[in-house]
Amino acid sequence: MELAKIEYLLDKYFQGETSIAEEKELRTYFSSSDVAQHLEQYKAIFGYFVAAKEQQLASQVPHLPTLGNKKRNVTWLSLAASVVVLLGIGTYAFRNYEASPSENLGTYDDPEEAFRATQKALSLLSNNVNVGIASVQYFQEYQTTKNMIFIDTRIQSVGL
Amino acid sequence: MNQNEFVRLVNPFKDKVFRLAKRLLVSTEEAEDATQEVLVKLWNRNGTLAEFSSVEAFAMTMTKNYCLDQLKAKRSGNLKIVHTNYVDREAGLDKQMEDLDSLSWVEKIMDQLPVQQRLIIQMRDIEQYEFEEIAKILEMNESAIRVALSRARKTIRDNMTKTHNYGIS
Repeated sequence: MELAKIEYLLDKYFQGETSIAEEKELRTYFSSSDVAQHLEQYKAIFGYFVAAKEQQLASQVPHLPTLGNKKRNVTWLSLAASVVVLLGIGTYAFRNYEASPSENLGTYDDPEEAFRATQKALSLLSNNVNVGIASVQYFQEYQTTKNMIFIDTRIQSVGL
Repeated sequence: MNQNEFVRLVNPFKDKVFRLAKRLLVSTEEAEDATQEVLVKLWNRNGTLAEFSSVEAFAMTMTKNYCLDQLKAKRSGNLKIVHTNYVDREAGLDKQMEDLDSLSWVEKIMDQLPVQQRLIIQMRDIEQYEFEEIAKILEMNESAIRVALSRARKTIRDNMTKTHNYGIS
């Protein structure tokens, strides 16, 4: 390749006007062994460009987290979960709705029997109420203690 | 797209992504991290990748943006690194003059270039992209790229000439 052409290309190169093909020509010229003395300095530049392209990613394609898929799974999972929850609530409500009106409250045909049953029920009720009241009795104790203290302090403050 | 297909898609340009990241971030480890980051981002885009006319150009744009963000995030630290590089170079000047490791000189000179010019040199002179592609990746117009490229090439030439003459005399 004649020197004049290389010089022309070099000039064009530094103007940023060369095409890829022309740059390839320059590269091949400068990678050859017979580079003109006064162009020796450019050898390193083009040599570096070629060498730099050899550099490779040391690690192979890094491990790819299956993030894309995971995201989709999460949406599906939440959808499934909400369906399950809705279904649960639905069946619960449905069952309650069904159960309450059909509940048998029981009835008596014989008035005597009904009377006895009522009496039994009422006495059961009053017994239980008494149990409740008995435990309330304790509060009375608090009340008296409280009164004692308050009255005492009142007397003291009056005394002072 | 499953993982194998993705790897096959990415393989032709993953080294380019790495080299571009390394050009900007200088450190190999950071460049590897950046590559990983870009690939993972691409992987997450899995479904929409088909919409892009050129996945490679898209990946390069992502790399550029990611690296610029990284640089911005620790600009002060980076300035320090550049400075120590500079000092190193001065110190090594006398010692390493004999073997004249020109290739690494070019690299050092390139590392001193402004980020934009580094990007353009990397894509044009090393990866040999057409101007049209570079314009797409960098979102710049072609004439601006030519101007920056010319400037960067001249800077490298001037610095190399200086070094070269120094070496001879």
